[in-house]
Amino acid sequence: MEHLLEIAYLIGSFGFIVGLKMMGQPDSARKGNLVAAFGMAVAVIGTLFLDKNGFHVIGNLGYILAAILLGTVVGTLMAKRVQMTAMPEMVSLFNGMGGLAAALISIIEWQHVETGIALGKFIPIIAGLIIGTVSFVGSMVAWGKLNGKIGDFRFPGQQYINAVVLILIITASVFTFQAADLGGGHESMTQFYITMAIAVVYGLLFVFPIGGADMPVVISLLNSFTGVAAACGGFLYDNNVMLMGGVLVGSAGTILTVVMCKAMNRSLTNVLIGMVGSGGSSSGSTSSGGSVREFQATDVAIMMKYASKVIIVPGYGLAVAQAQHVCHELENMLVAEGVDVKYAIHPVAGRMPGHMNVLLAESNVEYDKLIEMEHINPEFTTTDVVLVVGANDVVNPAAKNDPASPIYGMPILDVDQSKQIVVLKRSMKSGYAGIENDLFFDPKCGMLFGDAKDSLQKLVNELKSV
Amino acid sequence: MNQILAFIGENVTFIYLIGLMIFVGIELISHVPSVLHTPLMSGANAIHGVVLIGAIIVLGHAPTDDYFSLIVGFVGVFVGTLNVIGGFVVTDRMLEMFKKKPKK
Repeated sequence: MEHLLEIAYLIGSFGFIVGLKMMGQPDSARKGNLVAAFGMAVAVIGTLFLDKNGFHVIGNLGYILAAILLGTVVGTLMAKRVQMTAMPEMVSLFNGMGGLAAALISIIEWQHVETGIALGKFIPIIAGLIIGTVSFVGSMVAWGKLNGKIGDFRFPGQQYINAVVLILIITASVFTFQAADLGGGHESMTQFYITMAIAVVYGLLFVFPIGGADMPVVISLLNSFTGVAAACGGFLYDNNVMLMGGVLVGSAGTILTVVMCKAMNRSLTNVLIGMVGSGGSSSGSTSSGGSVREFQATDVAIMMKYASKVIIVPGYGLAVAQAQHVCHELENMLVAEGVDVKYAIHPVAGRMPGHMNVLLAESNVEYDKLIEMEHINPEFTTTDVVLVVGANDVVNPAAKNDPASPIYGMPILDVDQSKQIVVLKRSMKSGYAGIENDLFFDPKCGMLFGDAKDSLQKLVNELKSV
Repeated sequence: MNQILAFIGENVTFIYLIGLMIFVGIELISHVPSVLHTPLMSGANAIHGVVLIGAIIVLGHAPTDDYFSLIVGFVGVFVGTLNVIGGFVVTDRMLEMFKKKPKK
């Protein structure tokens, strides 16, 4: 019975790998999540009731079970009650919790550090502290930003300050190591907590200046940070399942981040340095094409009814307005009229890649109708009406023609190639990147002002009566 | 220099593991349709909740009169569990919506 714990950890590790693999395919994704959860359960139960020599109940079991029970109840309630639209901030919040756990582990471990600590022990503790803290603080800021409690905040030269803070963290770590080498954990508390405090500052500075358009990238990156923090714990405790799970998420998260950056045509360093759109906010030539045309719901309904092909471009506005169901209703009515309806999904539409897919899937829109950017773009030339529902930056032609624009170079949906564009929007306010959109001044473009859900509902009603 | 070599020698299994897992992670994610990016991020988020095990170990070994460690450890296990449970439940809710879709 000696190796039961190792076997439990083996099951856990393989559960993670197989689960993550299965999650990469739509058909098996849900089972994959369960497989990973099963792996986690086996690993946790193994930790509670086994040790190297066989069965052995861990100390303080009562406290541990109480904390797990409390976490389970609160976690389940939060996860069950969150609206689908608020999913990104929920993920960010849970990510922060993981980072916090890693940092707390390091804090406790530090109490027991003895004089002459080996580098091999020091590095995982301090790295777990720093990375965990940055991940926790950063995730909390991202969470606040996504639900609108925190605005953007940036000042000139921010990237240099960030670099300086990073150097300060490393310097403080070195001092911490020296102090611990001489006097152990107790004699180096001050240095240890100063390191942590600087990490808090870094976490704040890291996420504060980054605009909402980049938030998905940031969350994904912080996600991989927490993975690395967990891996540090694995190193510290010679614990294979923590190491494997942590490294797996660390590398998978990094790749996911890079994939997203590619989708936005920005380099990771650019995001990391945190200088989104800080430059040319005054990108000249606003209101270049004169006035904006306003449509009435009736006009739009008739236009769509007699179109042969309509493409819907959903954006964050659709998510905030919870308009996915009525959007699907509109789609059904148009299809009944013999119109070819498709959805154009920009990789970063909404607040997370795939956010739109999740939302539209919720309202039973068929999978095959959600077309990714590179496949839908050639189709715009043959499209009669494009309905832009609460999207802005992802259809902004400035990304193509205005080198001064902060989003210049980001691939966009070529809606301006179509015969008619209708934009459903609450007001003329700019999108998340905070820039003017010349598309609205395009002679082919008309605006239908109002909440996305109300406007879509009006369209549905008009279609019924026409 | 010798210290570094000794460190590598002592932890060579871990280094193998880390290297291989990095490749596994890259391979797993590289060819995933962007539809699944959000659930995948959320799923990976739940998996790094494995840090919970570290929190359990720390709390499990805290002496019963060391209130600092007990309290901090308790919070650690609590937030670690939040990460794990919340992560998996949120992911499941996202993926539930893909379930009913007729396959191609």
